[in-house]
Amino acid sequence: MTLQVALVVPDRELWSGEARTVIAKTTEGDIGVLTGHSPMFGILAEATVVQILTEDSDVRAAVSGGFLSVADDRVSVLAAQAQLGEEVDLEEARRDLAAALAEAQVIGEDSPAVKYATARLRAAGDQA
Amino acid sequence: MASGRERILRRRIKSVQSTKKITRAMELIAASRIVRAQQAIAAARPYVTQMRKVVADLGHDPEGQRHPLFRQPEETRRAAIVAITADRGLAGAYNSSVIRTTERLIREYESAGVDVMLVTTGKKAQSYFRYRGRAAESFIGFSERPAFGDAREVAAVVMRAFEEGEVDTVNLVYTRFLSLGSQQVTTRQLIPLLREDIESGTEDDAAEDSGGTIVYEFEPDPEEIVEKLLPSWVEAELLVALLEGAASEQAARQRAMKAATDNANDLLETLTREANNARQAEITQEISEIVGGANALAGASATSE
Repeated sequence: MTLQVALVVPDRELWSGEARTVIAKTTEGDIGVLTGHSPMFGILAEATVVQILTEDSDVRAAVSGGFLSVADDRVSVLAAQAQLGEEVDLEEARRDLAAALAEAQVIGEDSPAVKYATARLRAAGDQA
Repeated sequence: MASGRERILRRRIKSVQSTKKITRAMELIAASRIVRAQQAIAAARPYVTQMRKVVADLGHDPEGQRHPLFRQPEETRRAAIVAITADRGLAGAYNSSVIRTTERLIREYESAGVDVMLVTTGKKAQSYFRYRGRAAESFIGFSERPAFGDAREVAAVVMRAFEEGEVDTVNLVYTRFLSLGSQQVTTRQLIPLLREDIESGTEDDAAEDSGGTIVYEFEPDPEEIVEKLLPSWVEAELLVALLEGAASEQAARQRAMKAATDNANDLLETLTREANNARQAEITQEISEIVGGANALAGASATSE
């Protein structure tokens, strides 16, 4: 038995396929979903990395925030904005982070842009 | 030398020909853009389907149902109408149908004593309502290629009004893209969510995996989730409406431009015939003048001899 996972954003389906485990962070805490998980619905924490473990790979995606639903071994991640780790352009993400940080300094707190840029770097495997 | 009448006709033929070239080009461009617009609708489908499913599931949950989103207001005092039109004209009845339907809805509300807050997208609705002095929150510049960000901006205005209690209900007037040959102006109540929308959301679900209604564990509690989900849902629904509107706009434009091109062809045929007729009439007249002149000369010389 495997999980049917779909990671969707408004203008496309970013990733879909079979997986063994989905690891995500909701507003209530970290959650790992295996097959047979009871139906649940949660809100993803702001700008996190969703990890999808398949038989032969480890898919990581930066998600700006959104929803996670689990039912009948189907996992759906709905996000307004998301990017697969392998599609992250490190240079670009670092630039975005620097720009967001500079902007955040003016406001004086971490903006969503900072968090999302950080999540993108983490999804790409960069420990910035 | 062509006579005045023929020259005028030839000039008209030239002008109709160049008009035809333009309408034909617009027809072809619209045809190619329909494909792109349809692809955009298809690309947005997974997200929207999921979103509808989730909202439907929440609508079945007794705690989720407590949220204002699912409750019909006892009395509507102020209603929001979101009308989706195009930035450009030359699209047949596309814009005017939406505007007419919106006008009717406004009249219905106002005769029932309900204040109307108007939100429009597209230059056509903006200029129509501005000319008539009706205040409206207008968004322009993306009717042919709406993106999620555009839907977000529109949703933000609507959501602010709903959350602050300024409006009790939100309606959407847009053109549904049923197929290439068929588009339909539709009025839809977005908030509060209608029972039938909840049911149809679950139907999609059932068709997909033959599962009935699932009892979810909600983390955090359903009411809080609805609170968070509602803006995203409105954004998704607006995105679909904008995308379907964009496809309908192109389809309407293609049809309108095809009709214009066909008319130009008919007109060209008639005008060419008239021009030929005029030319022939002139030749005939010239011949008869020559013949008449020659006869007169012949007659004159016969009598003089």
